[in-house]
Amino acid sequence: MKKRHLVVVLIMMIAASGLLTGCGSDKPVLNVYNWGEYMDPEVIQMFEDEFQVKVNYKTYPTNEDMYAKLKSGSAEFDVVFPSDYMLERMIKEDMVAKIDMANIPNYSNINDRFKNLPYDPNNEYSVPYFWGTLGILYNTTMVDEQVDSWASLWDEKYAKQILILDSSRDSIGMALKYLGYSLNTTSDAELAEAKALLLEQKPLVLAYVVDETRNMMVQGEAAMALTWSGEAIDLAAENEDLAYALPKEGSNLWFDVAAIPKNSPNQELAEAFINFLNRPDIAYLNASYVGYSTPNTAAYDQLDDEIKSADSYYPSDDVLDRCEVFYDLGDYNDVYHELWLDIMIDNK
Amino acid sequence: MVKPLKRILIGGLLLFLYLPIIVLALYSFNASEYLGRWEGFSLKWYGALFSNAEIAEALYYTLGVALLATIIATAIGVLASIGLFYSKAKIKKHVMTANYLPIVNPDLITGISLMMFFVFFRARFGFSTMLLAHIIFDVAYVIVVVMPKMMQIDFAQVEAAMDLGANQWVIIGRVILPQIKQGVLAGALLAFTMSIDDFVISFFTAGNRATNLSIAIYSMARRGIKPYVNALATLMFVGIILLIFFINRINDSKKDNENGRLIG
Repeated sequence: MKKRHLVVVLIMMIAASGLLTGCGSDKPVLNVYNWGEYMDPEVIQMFEDEFQVKVNYKTYPTNEDMYAKLKSGSAEFDVVFPSDYMLERMIKEDMVAKIDMANIPNYSNINDRFKNLPYDPNNEYSVPYFWGTLGILYNTTMVDEQVDSWASLWDEKYAKQILILDSSRDSIGMALKYLGYSLNTTSDAELAEAKALLLEQKPLVLAYVVDETRNMMVQGEAAMALTWSGEAIDLAAENEDLAYALPKEGSNLWFDVAAIPKNSPNQELAEAFINFLNRPDIAYLNASYVGYSTPNTAAYDQLDDEIKSADSYYPSDDVLDRCEVFYDLGDYNDVYHELWLDIMIDNK
Repeated sequence: MVKPLKRILIGGLLLFLYLPIIVLALYSFNASEYLGRWEGFSLKWYGALFSNAEIAEALYYTLGVALLATIIATAIGVLASIGLFYSKAKIKKHVMTANYLPIVNPDLITGISLMMFFVFFRARFGFSTMLLAHIIFDVAYVIVVVMPKMMQIDFAQVEAAMDLGANQWVIIGRVILPQIKQGVLAGALLAFTMSIDDFVISFFTAGNRATNLSIAIYSMARRGIKPYVNALATLMFVGIILLIFFINRINDSKKDNENGRLIG
């Protein structure tokens, strides 16, 4: 007898779970897939209230996780936030839909400098969400002089206190910029110079790392690290001795952009959301919450003067002019990759 | 000579296991958001935790899936164990071998194959696919824990019950279940923790509608784990401790089994 009750209870629980998850109302649903901690929760609430919709907000840790999930066909999302190189790949694989810019009037708030970039030359697929640079994160208690040039990463005073990224494009790019070349160069001679420079640096390097930068810098195990401005902002929040410098020779510019996957069930609402994100007050809310550099001029204008004048996060135009976005070099990528391997295995 | 050494070893082992959790619990009360610095007592991270809608949703999915998967997997696992007990030795051997597969199979393989399976049948990804996936791997654990208990039962009692005219449900409910009760409880507890713990299989079967705590917390990797996650971990740890105390109390008060405590 008892057993039968249990079965009834079980069936009721399963039925209830079905009801609970099959959203309680008939409101349209917008499915958003974003990086963790990359949007002010209030923004989502405001969008739900103003547009009378339900936002299904989910998060991912890396571009590759997001890509894998979309590619598998197990999940449909209306808005995703890939980085520049990932968007390029998704465009090539026909995974993202063209955005009707007529539905995004707030696109005019985006700084013209951040339009027509190589990953989306005609602004058809993406609206920039946040941007940043590659630069030097340093511990102010361990580094005495002002850091404003890539030369600091070749300073023998800091031998075995320097962390370099184990990432071919980023680290070779650093050497190329130091030499005054483009980080998208396909000149063998320029790359040979960069290689010599990187080999010269190798004895000073404590470790070639990616994920370990975080712990090693927060715990003061290294004085300087090559890293991205976004990471630097997050780490400075964990250790107030850390500061970020964008070298005056120029660097790499990176973007996280809003895009609409091809299989989005609700493209119109997705466009409304992207437009909403670029409304001055909303873009300002997000810029304050996330702390990364915003491409939205209307939001930038509202930021505190202290943030606006921080050269490392909002560099002057002439430094920005020397910064470049990575191009997909096609087959030439292998040359970079091989060169980086040569440096890694060199043990003189 | 031996005794103090033994004590030191056990003490050291316990310290090694619990010190990280204690440190984490302490820092959940830290007023500072810098990880390595103590700036006084504060409950603000608990406040931040309870006002975080994303975490609340993830918690709902985590507990909902874990509870339902545990109940269903335990029911299936116990019935399967009883069925296997009555099966021919050869069948029992093969089924038990097959049952180890979900346990030894890397989660990644299980996760991806389940995802492809659901995609193939055009299932609507969400709570239900995640629940099904969890039931699948939970059942294997329940059987592994319940089966040895089942082999120990006093079969004479089952025969006596049959002689006295009890039908199969009465035999299961009144004769078999009381004897394997602790195995069932241990199996259910293991299924529950495996389910709460799981990241990989959940990630591939959650689709766009569901999430759980491990996915939500892992997604923070890029921006750094926020201190309110310490508060959440502390609460979950306290919850599990209470659960174990509660189960031990039940076992102590009903000293009807010679095997003593389930978890000691």
